[in-house]
Formats: sequence, structure tokens, C-alpha cells
Amino acid sequence: MQDSENLRKDIRNYISNQKRKTVTVLSSLLAVQDSIHYIPDEAIEEISIHCKVTINDVWSVASFYTNFRFTPPGEKTLDVCWGPSCHINGAQKLITQAHEELNIEGEGESEDNKVTLRYSTCLGACAQSPVFAIDHKMYGKLNKSRVTKIIDSLK
Amino acid sequence: MTEEYKKLENLANDYISKLYKDKVVIKVQTGTSGQAVGADEIFKLLSSKNEKRINVIEVGSMGLMYLEPLLVVILPNGDKIFYANVTEEISERIFEHYSKSYEILKENSFAYESSRNIESSIPSINDLPQFSKQLRIATRNFGEITPGDIYQYISTGGYSALNKALFEMSPEDVVEEVKNSGLRGRGGAAFPTGLKWSFLAPNKAPTKYVLCNCEEGDPGAYNDKGILETDPHTLVEGLILNGFATNSNKSYVFIRQGHDIPINAIERAIKEAYDKGLLGQNILGSNFSFDMEVALTGDSYVAGEETALMEAIEGKRSTPRFKPPFPAASGLWKKPTNINNVKTISYVPQIIKNGSDWFKSTGTEKSSGTAIVCLSGHITRPGMYEIPMGMTIEEVLDDVGGGSNSDKEIKMLQTGGPLGGVLGKEAFATKIDFDEMAKSGAILGSGGIIVCDDSVSVVDLIRNLIAFNQFESCGKCFPCRLGNTHMYDVLQRLANSKSNPNDLQLLERIGKSMKIGSLCGHGQLGYNPISSSLKYFESEIIDSINNKIEPLETMLTPTRTRPNSTEQKIG
Repeated sequence: MQDSENLRKDIRNYISNQKRKTVTVLSSLLAVQDSIHYIPDEAIEEISIHCKVTINDVWSVASFYTNFRFTPPGEKTLDVCWGPSCHINGAQKLITQAHEELNIEGEGESEDNKVTLRYSTCLGACAQSPVFAIDHKMYGKLNKSRVTKIIDSLK
Repeated sequence: MTEEYKKLENLANDYISKLYKDKVVIKVQTGTSGQAVGADEIFKLLSSKNEKRINVIEVGSMGLMYLEPLLVVILPNGDKIFYANVTEEISERIFEHYSKSYEILKENSFAYESSRNIESSIPSINDLPQFSKQLRIATRNFGEITPGDIYQYISTGGYSALNKALFEMSPEDVVEEVKNSGLRGRGGAAFPTGLKWSFLAPNKAPTKYVLCNCEEGDPGAYNDKGILETDPHTLVEGLILNGFATNSNKSYVFIRQGHDIPINAIERAIKEAYDKGLLGQNILGSNFSFDMEVALTGDSYVAGEETALMEAIEGKRSTPRFKPPFPAASGLWKKPTNINNVKTISYVPQIIKNGSDWFKSTGTEKSSGTAIVCLSGHITRPGMYEIPMGMTIEEVLDDVGGGSNSDKEIKMLQTGGPLGGVLGKEAFATKIDFDEMAKSGAILGSGGIIVCDDSVSVVDLIRNLIAFNQFESCGKCFPCRLGNTHMYDVLQRLANSKSNPNDLQLLERIGKSMKIGSLCGHGQLGYNPISSSLKYFESEIIDSINNKIEPLETMLTPTRTRPNSTEQKIG
């Protein structure tokens, strides 16, 4: 219970100390996710109190945007791009390779919880496709050996 | 010229002369694409070295992304030498060389730029078509200045358009000037910008907003984020001008969370503009006050639709609203609102500074100015290029892009994002211009051009596009939500060589329903990738309908219900 109280305290901090002036349900959710990388139930409740909306209103927003998650992610997040530029430059093979080397099926966490794998629709560095990113740091012009190197750095 | 601006200009000149005088300046291009190939590591390495006669600064990408990591060395006499595909080791050798000598180091250089004639084995950058065919208006500072550094921006004439507008023009003059320039929206709809502003300007409401859309979700396009991360002050100046012209109070720059490089650049620029009195109360001592803030969104493609964007700024689900009321009457928080794309706004300072006739002299009659295109895929020189409107697609592909990057020929292009079109060879003679592109079945849209060579099957490409559209449908209108899913199912059948004979008619029927029954472009244009492909690759698609093709490999895509999503949690 103590942990949950501490978590609430932290969350209240993130919500009330947002960097940008305009505070909304969405901006508060983003602030929490930015700090602890997931949205615990406590955050939903705290945001509903802070923004004076119902818990359902907060869930409605949180469940809409695909970046929000509700359990803690792995230590690092690997974004793999399947957008058309990366796709035609052989992204599918590299994604399959990442799945095999990390032993993850689809999206999700590796067994040791060190890595979360996510599909990304476009990372915005299409000129260097195919592209992966680890915690928002991009890795472009990927090939089989470079992917192995990146994944080894995650292990 | 006002006192306030003169003061800023003097400060900027001092700053610049300190930076360049008797120094070798090394500019490392560390934009998003540069960082993807390690340019940030090179910058870290070089800037950690202490050498009195060398200044190392970070700049954004100049657009030649295939050459990155890219370094530009500027000698005290003004000569510039460009070094391409630099590694940490090479960058150290370059650094060592210039710490001892002002002679040009030819190793690894690909071009130079100089006012004098250098006899050299390396070409002048102005002789290279990928540079000389460009006309850089919105991207004029790309690769030149540190993103968000206000003095470097002012030293290139930055904020002089704002100074001119505030003290020599009325808001009506600014609207008139933009109207005359023929500037049209670069976000996809190509609506005349000045006309849009004139809807908001006469509204007497006390609170009015101007929004800037940088929710650039189109795969293959990165020019909005490119402007933000390379020259954010151009955008800030353009938005203040937009605010002045329409007599608005506040601006939001809207961008997706996670794109840290552009977000940090624009926030730095906004902060510096406040510090120097260019934002906030009584800008440059005038009567005009204006605020600016960044608003972040979560991952949602539809958030780029103008009314959905307003929902997201208000903190709700980004789903489109019914129109009317139109934003100019009732937009963000029900206040009158104007919304423009980043690229559109980035032209405005130059239009005000040089006049609308100057801007109109470039481009075609109905599409004045330039287009900022992003080349990617099977092309020799992927990158971001600003070319005059009216250039043909062929010229862009061959002269600027350098043609196919393999021994196979270019087969097709995907333009204007996943709701845009697929173009075959017959269309390559089309001029890049809003109306000509529309005639050929595509849209110029955001300027992304994905190049595919003969190895790509058209079914594979449209399967990828429809998968994107299906994943990103916000779900508000059922024809779009269900239609995209249904179309994706049919395309999976095609790809697996298991299709039914009437699948083509089925796709067309779904597409029609989506067009009639959806609120925003996501559903209305959702059939575009298929209809445009049919125009150029009918026989190939018919072959797959008749199951005459080898099954394609399965494509891994996310499902809308993600692991650990609320559905499981609430359950």
C-alpha cells in the first residue's frame, strides 16, 4: 500500500509540474508516460481528480492513442518501422530477425524484461531506411549485421 | 528600422563575427536523419576537442541525406568544403588537418563552394544537379545555422519581415500580400492561404488562435519535422506574422510526442524569441502581443486532420468534428481558429520580406513557389529537396534523385502519403504542381515520394498502405473503420493468391461507401491507393485477382488491440 501511495505522490508531481502551460487530460497522460513509461491505475485516478473529469473520460483518451501502455515496459524500447519506405527496403526481414534474436512474438516484452518491441508506422528518417529506434535514438541504413549489433547492445 | 530590431541585429552581428572571425568553423549536420547514421557521435567527438582556431557547431540537415553524416568546413576566407559519409575516424583526420592548415583537404570531400575559382579535382556544389536544381526559399537556412539559435537566424535577415510587418504594414496589408503571392496550403488540401486568413481576420472575437500542424504522420514525408528541427525560427516568425495578420492572440505548434529532436528545437526557438522580446507583450515595442506554445499529441495519424487536431489540443480523443461550423468561426475551445501546415507558414517571412510578386515569379500559374519533396526508397540520392513548382517528376527523379539505386528500373512512385496515390511510368512526365498531380491520380500532399523499382509488386505496396490506413483509422465513422479493415482483408487474399473473382468490384464498392460516409479525408481518400494503382497497373492487379502470382511473404503489422491494452485490463 505504501508503494501505491508513493506512486501517487510521484504522479501528482508529474501532473502538476508539466513543462507546458496548457494542461489537459492528454498532456497529463503524456507527462506520466514520459516519466514512468506506463499509465498505472493510480495515474488515471489522479488525472481525473486534477483535470476534474470522470475516470471514464481519462480512460477514453488513454485507450485511444496507441502509445499509451498500462503495464511497465522493458528496460529499453525497440521501435521497428514497417512504413512503406522501410518496407520496400527489406524491413520485414529485419523485423523477423529482431523477433528471432529477442525471442519475442509480435509486439511485447522479452522474457528477461530487458526489451520491449513495438511496431512503428514511421519514425521520420525515411531517407536512411530501413530504420529502428532504441528509446527514440534512431539507427538507419540497417542490414542483417547491423541489426544483430543493435540487438546485442540491448542484451 | 526600429531601435529594438537594430539592437538585436547588432548583437547578432557581434555574435557571428566572434564565431567566424579568423576561425575554421566545422558544421556537423545532426538532424534526425544524420543521427540515424551517427552524426551526433561525431559532433560529440569533435566538440570535445579543444582547439582555439576551430569552432565546431551543430546544424540541421541540408537535405542531402544520402551523404550523411555530413560535415561542412568553412575556412576564414569563406571557402566551404563539404565532406560526405564521414566516420568518427575521418572526422578526426579532418579536424587534425584544419587545426594546422588552411589548405583544402581533398580526402573524403565531395564538393566545395567558393566565391573565387578554385582549381580543384572536387566539383563546385553549384555544378551538382541535386543542389543547383533546387530553389531554396523555406529551406534557405538548411545546413547553415544552428537550430533555434536566434542570433544565427537574425544574422541571415531573420525577423526583419516581422519588423517590416509590425511597423510598415497593417494586418490587412499582410493578408493581401499573402493572397497575392498565390501561396497554397502545403499540408495536402492546397487551399489558398491568404483566403483562409481572410476568413479569420475580420472576426472581432477577443480570443483567436492560429495553429500550426506538424503532426506529420505520412510515412515517407519528413519535411515538416525537417523545418522544425533545422530552422525553427522561420516557423516562429511565420506564425507571429500569421497572428498579426489575423489579429490573433495565441499559437500552438502541434506535434507528436517522441520526436524529441524537432520538439527540442522549436521549444528552444520559442524560448529565445520570448527572451528577446519577439514573443509575449508588445513585440519589438509595437502594440501587438502574441503567445506561442507547443502542444503534444499521442500516436494517432488522424490527429493531423484539422478538427481532430483541435480535439487533441483540448486533451480529448483526436477524432474529426462535423463541419460546419468551420474553424474560422468556431475552432479550438470554440474560439475562431486558423490552421496551417508547417511548410505553408515557413514561406510567409520570405513573402513579406521580398514581396508577393517575387514569390509568384517562381512556380506555375496556379501553384506558385516551390515544393519541398522527400525522396526515399529505391533512389540513389534519398533526401529532402526544395524544387520550383512546375519541374517534372522525371527531372526530380533523375537529376535531383539520381535515378534508381539498383540495376532495375524505377517502376512506380507513392506520393502524398498513404491516402495519396501510386503513379506508374506514364505519369513521370507530369509537372509537380497541385493541379497537374491531381489530374494524374495522385496528390502532391505532404511532398513525400517513395520510389519503388521493378522488384516491388504493386499489391505488396498497396497492402502496406491499406494496412497503415486500417491501423490508423480513428474509428469514429464506421465506413472508414470497417471499410479499411475489409479492404485490408481483401488485399491479404490478393497477396496470398487466394482471392475471389469479384474482389475488385468489392474493393470499389467499399471505397465508394467510405468516400460518401466518412467525415474526414482518412475515409474519403482511403480508396485512393487502389484506384490510382488500377490506373497504371491494372493487368498486374488482375493477375493477382486471378491468383496468377506467387503468394507474397506475410507482412508483420501491429493489431489495433495491443498487448497489455485496456481491453484486457478492464475486462
